[in-house]
Amino acid sequence: MRKYAWRIYMAIIFAILYIPILTLIVFSFNDSASTADFTGFSLDWYRELFSSAETFTALRNTLILAVLSSLISTVIGTAAAEGIYKMKNKLVRKSVISVTNIPMMNPEIVTGMSMMLFFVAVAGFLRVEYETIGFWAMLIAHVTFCLPYVILSVLPRINELGDSLSEAALDLGCTPLQAFFKVKLPNIMPGVISGMTMAFTLSLDDFVISYFVGSSNFQTLPLLIYSMTKKKVTPDMYALSTLIVFAVFVLLVISNMKKDKNSPKRHGGRKR
Amino acid sequence: MEKLIELKGISKSYDGEKVIDSMNLYIRDGEFITFLGPSGCGKTTTLRIIGGFETADEGSLYFDGVEISDVPAYKRHINTVFQKYALFPHLNVYENIAFPLRLKKTSEDEIKQRVTEMLKMVKLSGFENKSVSTLSGGQQQRVAIARALISHPKVLLLDEPLGALDLKLRKDMQNELKSIQQEIGITFIYVTHDQEEALSMSDTVVVIADGQIQQIGTPTDIYNEPKNAFVADFIGESNIVDGIMLEDKRVRFSSHVFDCVDGGFAENEPVDVVIRPEDVDVVAPEKGMLTGKVTGVTFKGVHYEIIVDIKGFKWMIQSTDYVAPDSFIGLYIEPDAIHIMKKSKYSGMFGDYSSFSDEMDYISDADAVEEF
Amino acid sequence: MHSIAAAPHIFWAVLFIVLPLLIVLFYAFTDKAGSFSIWNIVALGDYMPIFLTSIELAVIATFICLVIGYPLAYAIARSKPEHQKIFILMLMLPMWTNLLIRTYSIMALLDDGGFVNSVLMKLFGTDEPVLHIIGTKGAVIFGMVYDFLPYMVLPIYTCVSKIDKHMWEAASDLGCSPVKVMTKVILPLSSSGIISGVTMVLVPCISTFYISQKLGGGTFELIGDTIERQFLNGARNIGAAISLVMMILILISLAIMNKFTDADGEDGGIIV
Repeated sequence: MRKYAWRIYMAIIFAILYIPILTLIVFSFNDSASTADFTGFSLDWYRELFSSAETFTALRNTLILAVLSSLISTVIGTAAAEGIYKMKNKLVRKSVISVTNIPMMNPEIVTGMSMMLFFVAVAGFLRVEYETIGFWAMLIAHVTFCLPYVILSVLPRINELGDSLSEAALDLGCTPLQAFFKVKLPNIMPGVISGMTMAFTLSLDDFVISYFVGSSNFQTLPLLIYSMTKKKVTPDMYALSTLIVFAVFVLLVISNMKKDKNSPKRHGGRKR
Repeated sequence: MEKLIELKGISKSYDGEKVIDSMNLYIRDGEFITFLGPSGCGKTTTLRIIGGFETADEGSLYFDGVEISDVPAYKRHINTVFQKYALFPHLNVYENIAFPLRLKKTSEDEIKQRVTEMLKMVKLSGFENKSVSTLSGGQQQRVAIARALISHPKVLLLDEPLGALDLKLRKDMQNELKSIQQEIGITFIYVTHDQEEALSMSDTVVVIADGQIQQIGTPTDIYNEPKNAFVADFIGESNIVDGIMLEDKRVRFSSHVFDCVDGGFAENEPVDVVIRPEDVDVVAPEKGMLTGKVTGVTFKGVHYEIIVDIKGFKWMIQSTDYVAPDSFIGLYIEPDAIHIMKKSKYSGMFGDYSSFSDEMDYISDADAVEEF
Repeated sequence: MHSIAAAPHIFWAVLFIVLPLLIVLFYAFTDKAGSFSIWNIVALGDYMPIFLTSIELAVIATFICLVIGYPLAYAIARSKPEHQKIFILMLMLPMWTNLLIRTYSIMALLDDGGFVNSVLMKLFGTDEPVLHIIGTKGAVIFGMVYDFLPYMVLPIYTCVSKIDKHMWEAASDLGCSPVKVMTKVILPLSSSGIISGVTMVLVPCISTFYISQKLGGGTFELIGDTIERQFLNGARNIGAAISLVMMILILISLAIMNKFTDADGEDGGIIV
């Protein structure tokens, strides 16, 4: 009896979570522009979406940004985690971690605002238009908010691993650099991968910071969605959303299947 | 002594597999009773049913003559010391022990007095404000015991409480548990797979296998008069050979007729014969009732452990005198060293020491290689 | 010696985290001409009602998330391991779907011309929208709860699922009724999950601007909207001042909340 009450409760909450998204998906296949009456099945809105060059530019920009920012933040972040682990002075260690975590704790709007003001100042300093450094500003901003998540998923792995393996490697004749790349890195790889995956997803998903830092000549998918929802509702935005939900679903299932094989226990960092 | 707890026809299955099979048992007030058996035999499940953490599929459970099958754990006058202690990590030592009293809204003064008393009993005075996570295994164990005893339960359940401790500590805790039990005089129900622990602490031992009670008795009874091959093998070392009961007090095994002290079997009834390794005397071959070839000798400190091949069956013998491997020796067995058991489903499964021999090692090595 | 690996990151953090925040500080205390001024801070008094509304809505939404989310997290953590995986996946799908899409999907559902109203209109046979939901505080709170519920559930789930199964038995063995088991043992043991859940919901709720724009229907303003508006209008100094105050408020409340959890500074890892 009790068990059924729990089941019903869960079913209700999940239904509320999914009904809006499912409605969106259903109406993306509507053959009229109505978002209230389903008049018949068609792929018109998908056709319209794919006929727009804007969509493809935004998709390309989003992917370039996500790939670059996840790679850069993974390299810097993994090195940083190793460096933080080796720090002897507790105070230094703590303050480095605190500063790193600022973009994670701070409201995104503040991070976005501060970065925007910073890059305006940089553009002024270089005597160029903001648009000229637009892409670089965006890339730097994305790397910055991804860094804490990478460090957060790598550092516990390094702590867990301890020193014995690298000491063994050093004892067997590795240089410190070799010891890191040949012995330590392979062993903390699951953490590195999960950090990179998280950075990639966060970058794909980011709207607020991109909205503040971005410039008109570098649009990403979330920014495109934002501008689409500013206008009157049209179902091509439904179509785009449906595709994104589907992509997220596929990515989640794949990453979960992989996690089963590698490390069933590990939970990575956190997401806002 | 009265029956404090009684199990009548208790059965329990998980996923269609019977872990307890219509068990009947009563437990007297104030006794130290141990459920002994290999892992997966149902002893822990039985304990959990008594504690109220599981409900039996069939049968009923009585406490002081009242049925408590459906009474939830928190209303039973039975407390448990869990295998991994289950101390509350958000509370310190003092608050963990005070926990049951706080629930009953006991006055602060009384709590303080009783917790202090308990800490003294488990020898942890001065540890009040320590965090439980900083304690060693043995200390956590003591806190768990104090916490379980502070509300004066009538029965304390202990689920392999010493399993996680090292050997030396375990011996100390065995003595301490026994003396705590004698001091407060309540019933302890103790679950273990360690036969030595069971024999040295208990008033009564319940040997359980395959969800059924194999034997109930005092440690001496269980050791000296095992009821079947399983009990004989599980408690101590035993040579278990097939025999024929010719008549009362006369049994034949290993092609020799022996005098013994047991009776009450049918004429020519096939039986299991148990001879403990320490009850066999080594004599010259011509003076022995049985003769055999020594296939292995191991020095064990107090005695030698000798494996002897007698007509293809390997016996284990404990002797303080050394014998050379490959020599022939005679065995002499006193009538009262021979214990006769009825045949059971465990007959023929235990009591042969073949696996002790080098020859056997060789064979099993060959098996292992084949698997690859 | 190895702590040099952290050098690129420290350099990055100083340049792109600390410096931008200093620039916010600079803007907050200067006027348009760039000379020192405290008028931005003084002028914040005018925004007091907006601050209060934002805090009010965010606190209500966070509280509702906690009340709905805790039982859900608990139910998931106590279900069979193979079911848990599916439930978590079901929570993560909406979580990783872009916030704009999620918010927009609620709007599309509840709008005057949306799906719910169109069904109700047919049901009641009228041409007038039956429910005016969009544009109310209730809609904004609903949007916040809908968008951020998974952020409450996941950390609590992680925390509850890590509690030793014997805690329930031990508590009940020592005399706790089912209610007392929850209040005396399980809730205190999951407090760290509750606190990170509350943080992860409260911060984005306070600073959001998209949710209030779409679901508030432009009828009232939250602090995030104000910052965005100042930024669009080029009133950077006052925008910076508001950001600064919001940041300080949030960092203070985070610090207070962290006092209640165990000092596991580095173990912030929660989700995915």
